[in-house]
Amino acid sequence: MRHLLSTADLSQAEAIQILDVADQMAATQKREIKKLPTLRGRTVVNLFYEDSTRTRISFEAAAKRLSADVINFSAKGSSVSKGESLKDTALTLKAMGADAVVVRHSVSGAPHRLAHAGWIDGTIVNAGDGTHEHPTQALLDAYTLRQRLVPDAIGADLKGKRVAIVGDVLHSRVARSNVTLLNTLGAEVVLVTPPTLLPVGIDHWPCTTSYDLDDVVNGGHGDLDAVMMLRVQRERMHDAFFPSAREYSRRYGLDARRMNRLPEGALVMHPGPMNRGLEITAEAADSPRSTIVEQVANGVAVRMAVLYLLLSGQAEGKDA
Amino acid sequence: MSPARPAQSSPSAPEDPPVVNDGVEVVRAVLEPAEISRALSRIAHEVLERNKGAEHLVLLGIPTRGVTLAHRLAARLASIEGTEVPVGTLDVTMHRDDLRRQAFRTIARTDLPEGGIDDQIVVLVDDVLYSGRTIRAALDALSEFGRPRAVRLAVLVDRGHRELPIRADHVGKNLPTSTLERVRVRLSEVDGGEDVVSITGGVAK
Repeated sequence: MRHLLSTADLSQAEAIQILDVADQMAATQKREIKKLPTLRGRTVVNLFYEDSTRTRISFEAAAKRLSADVINFSAKGSSVSKGESLKDTALTLKAMGADAVVVRHSVSGAPHRLAHAGWIDGTIVNAGDGTHEHPTQALLDAYTLRQRLVPDAIGADLKGKRVAIVGDVLHSRVARSNVTLLNTLGAEVVLVTPPTLLPVGIDHWPCTTSYDLDDVVNGGHGDLDAVMMLRVQRERMHDAFFPSAREYSRRYGLDARRMNRLPEGALVMHPGPMNRGLEITAEAADSPRSTIVEQVANGVAVRMAVLYLLLSGQAEGKDA
Repeated sequence: MSPARPAQSSPSAPEDPPVVNDGVEVVRAVLEPAEISRALSRIAHEVLERNKGAEHLVLLGIPTRGVTLAHRLAARLASIEGTEVPVGTLDVTMHRDDLRRQAFRTIARTDLPEGGIDDQIVVLVDDVLYSGRTIRAALDALSEFGRPRAVRLAVLVDRGHRELPIRADHVGKNLPTSTLERVRVRLSEVDGGEDVVSITGGVAK
């Protein structure tokens, strides 16, 4: 594995390996001294063309806990606002000797372009590109699911687990990455969304779909092990996809009433940032079922695992 | 070169001199189950003698086979001295200095005994001592968990070719080898079958 661009590139063994390494990384984060010397002398660049809190901080913490040097780049306040192209920025980073570039871009496929255009030597990690993929988010969701739902987690997949992903699937790279990864790990996925927010070509996705959240919550597609709420991405919505926020919230929001009808032990997940009151109520978000804060903590461990896996043994890979 | 024992796993291999033919590797068993067992018993006695008893001892095995050896050693210490010596696991992968050059290494658990290692006598246990880089990594890893009063090193096999100023305090067997050879340790708990230490292949021309 040289780059992490899409969860579709991961085999089941590779995905489980990342989760297993993340488990060990999480164990190191319970120690008094959290920093490990593993990536000493390597440089990780966070190249963020789009706003982010969690993902950027999480990648920065992960790289720093592994002793890598971190350079943060955000498009705002950089030469990008003077009109510099992605290529020229990439060439600059190459000249500075970046070993890994963590990239978030509003255009789908930008990380793929960076990885394959030959502008840059380093490893590319996709931290979210447009409405395409967000693989580390899917990995940390899978890690959280496995940790909470599988008793003997090391080496295990998610066979037999059923996860509903609810909300704005059309604009969600999290949903796309999650459907692929959960399917790779053997879990079943039900997408619940208004018809207007269902992407084209959904028939080819390895999942089932529904327009009725109540039916799914009541077990219409089988008992759920987790419900993953997606953020309504207003910044990407240039049309009216639903009549009103209130109607969306009534039909597709997770409130206490719906949450309490879920099977016992079923988890409530959200990749963040949340629109409290729109897709999820405060009651649901702050309930004991909610793994939302846990997901953020797990994000650091998973990203440490990804950086470790991509950056170790690299010299050998270059010779070959 | 240590005297070769006829290899049990490849009876057709020529005994003298051992040669490598078209990828067919010669395997020589150098330590057999009884010898491994005796070496461990001796190490157990040495550890106790050096330490004047089992007090403040903590055994830390380096995965994978060092952990098995640490547990076996602890069982012997218990039968000799009658006290339980805490055993732990110390993974050193993330402290290695060759991560960049070697292919991906899996990370094993680190489990320290409840009492920790502060002011204890830590005995690191590993199967083969070679370049000394694993032990250097172990010493670094150890410093993250506390400050032992002393750190000692027990290994089943010392094969020489040190690249760092590190030596073992307790050695099961000194095994002079060529750098082209591979020393393999098989332990029944990990690998199944009988315990055996063998040298594989790589005879210089």
